[in-house]
Amino acid sequence: MLIYLRKRIVSSALPLVVVIVGVFALARMTGNPASLYLPLNATQQMRDDFTARNGLDQPLLVQMADYFGGVLRLDFGQSLRTGQDAAAMALRAFPATLQLAATTMVLAVLLALVVGCWAALKPNGIADRISSFVSMAAASIPDFWLAIVGIWVFAITLGWLPTSGVSGAGAWVLPIATLLLRPFGVLVQIVRGSMVSALSEPYIKLARSRGAGELRVVTHHALRNAAAPALTVAGDLTVGLVNGAVVVETIFGWPGIGKLMIDSILQRDFAVLQAAVLLTAVAIFALNILIDMGYALLDARVRPVTVKA
Amino acid sequence: MKTATDQAPAKRSRAAAAAAGAGTAAGQAKAHDVVLQVRDLAVDIRTHRGTVRAVNSVAFEARAGETLALLGESGCGKSMTAKALAGIMDPVCDLADGEIILNGTDLAALSPKERLKFAGPELGIVFQDALTALNPVYTVGTQLGEAFRIHRGLNAKEARVEAIDLMKRVGIPEPESRINSYPHQFSGGMRQRILIAMAVALNPRLLIADEPTTALDVTVQAQIMQLLRKLREEGQMAVILITHDLAVVAEEADSVAVMYAGNVVESGPVSQVFADPRHPYTKGLLESVPAHLERGAQLKSIAGSPPELHDIPDGCVYQSRCPLVQDICRAERPALRPVAGTPVAGNSGAPGNAGTGNPVAGTPVNIPSGKEPRPARTAACHFSEEINNV
Repeated sequence: MLIYLRKRIVSSALPLVVVIVGVFALARMTGNPASLYLPLNATQQMRDDFTARNGLDQPLLVQMADYFGGVLRLDFGQSLRTGQDAAAMALRAFPATLQLAATTMVLAVLLALVVGCWAALKPNGIADRISSFVSMAAASIPDFWLAIVGIWVFAITLGWLPTSGVSGAGAWVLPIATLLLRPFGVLVQIVRGSMVSALSEPYIKLARSRGAGELRVVTHHALRNAAAPALTVAGDLTVGLVNGAVVVETIFGWPGIGKLMIDSILQRDFAVLQAAVLLTAVAIFALNILIDMGYALLDARVRPVTVKA
Repeated sequence: MKTATDQAPAKRSRAAAAAAGAGTAAGQAKAHDVVLQVRDLAVDIRTHRGTVRAVNSVAFEARAGETLALLGESGCGKSMTAKALAGIMDPVCDLADGEIILNGTDLAALSPKERLKFAGPELGIVFQDALTALNPVYTVGTQLGEAFRIHRGLNAKEARVEAIDLMKRVGIPEPESRINSYPHQFSGGMRQRILIAMAVALNPRLLIADEPTTALDVTVQAQIMQLLRKLREEGQMAVILITHDLAVVAEEADSVAVMYAGNVVESGPVSQVFADPRHPYTKGLLESVPAHLERGAQLKSIAGSPPELHDIPDGCVYQSRCPLVQDICRAERPALRPVAGTPVAGNSGAPGNAGTGNPVAGTPVNIPSGKEPRPARTAACHFSEEINNV
């Protein structure tokens, strides 16, 4: 397993480099920060000084080499805006997003498992039709629209929930509900589909012929077989949550990595943007490795073969 | 208990001891006792084109220590019958009618929940394809132990001990290490052994084997049939063997029920049915065996194909392919009734000894000897008495 893990980490390195190069180049195409940070009436001399001080007068390749040199020493540069360490800013914002995303996904998966299994027990039954309608609707509603309607109804009109911020449990409700809907809708359909096919397998009939009751058949025999497709999609949806987080964190003023990215793009705060994107990319790679390990845990057939001596 | 072990004390003691643990020792059947009686069994399938009857007034009985073969071609309802007996029909199928009396209890009258108590201790089933019949994500040990955990409340450790014992019983080498392997790590023959082990785990009275060797190569087939025979003797189980293979029936079964389009068209002791078929379908099947043909001769076959389930005719189910068809066959469906003039008991029916000619020459036929009287021969044909004179 360790050999497998090492292989995966090594093979992740190249895509990460590509991500950094891409973000590095694209960020610099947004324009010179000097025109944003200096007053409108700043002289050319002042502009040149600012550019030189931040190393932005160097050719792009030299800047990039400098940056990679820094990354290898775990020095990700400073924020133009605050002068703080860029990596520290990204790491500080990350837990807020992680909490939001993790809570959302755990809830989405649990809800989808229950609803999906319930629907799969009787294909085309009433439960199946209801859950099919609900999940389709849930998967189709755009998150930014729902967020705004949610604020309007529950925060402004009814006054039950805060419009933004992170204070108190109430502040979690709207962001999570907004983020939850799509993963829930998609996962219900995946779980339902894979449960229907798992439940029609001969080994399910055989389990019944050994006296296994309905609950045991569903939770013990079918669910574990149906879990792999759900895991794949859940992983993909989790990555999608990071995108969703950019929208939701901006709308709800959630101090997470999505908001940090948007802010640093708007402020041409290159070092912070790069650190935030790199951190997110590393998190996504880690997630993918976890998912692959999850497959192996669920199903012996996809375990990496260890050759016995 | 005493009467049960009198039959063959040495072989039976272990099975009886195991059965005692299951609390079923009192019911250990004597050889040739009727264990299962099926009457008027009917199964409906709900389809988009309406409800069709896939199994219709099927009747037979299975006896302890004997093998009953359900013989028929694909789609004739033999597997459907097996699933109905085991209570594991597809959701679109309904048990429309009939009695399934297993050791005095009518399984057909029980609720699905009550039936679960019988699934395992009283009745086990083996499927054709052992790879899909085993759950791919659990070790064989987990699956072998499941019956003990469900029905005897054993914990994981105790169930493991039982599972190892089972693996030894069905001849899987190195059970202590193989128990942690997954189904895909076994060969086809070993997987079938595991499947059989699961079915006989709690020493059921009745074992249904649904084409247990169809997916295996010939040498392994022989081993699996030998294993089934051994287990049948040890536990005095009644075995229902579902197959389309005439040679397997001839070698393994004591009695046979021939199915066609959801109906049993003929039944009786194998030796007699094969030597002297009394239904034109059985006769046609036996004549299509190539064993006794001259080299270069045209292979015989039954012209036509079975009727669609949506389109079963009113009269005899076999009328469209029957060479003897008369008006009465189109008007009236013949019931399965005893055949007059057929021999009773296991004292006749040797090849060349009864009936016309010898349709299965070259196929070894087991002649059960010294056993109690066989079930009467039955056939569902208006002309079963005259069939061999035509």
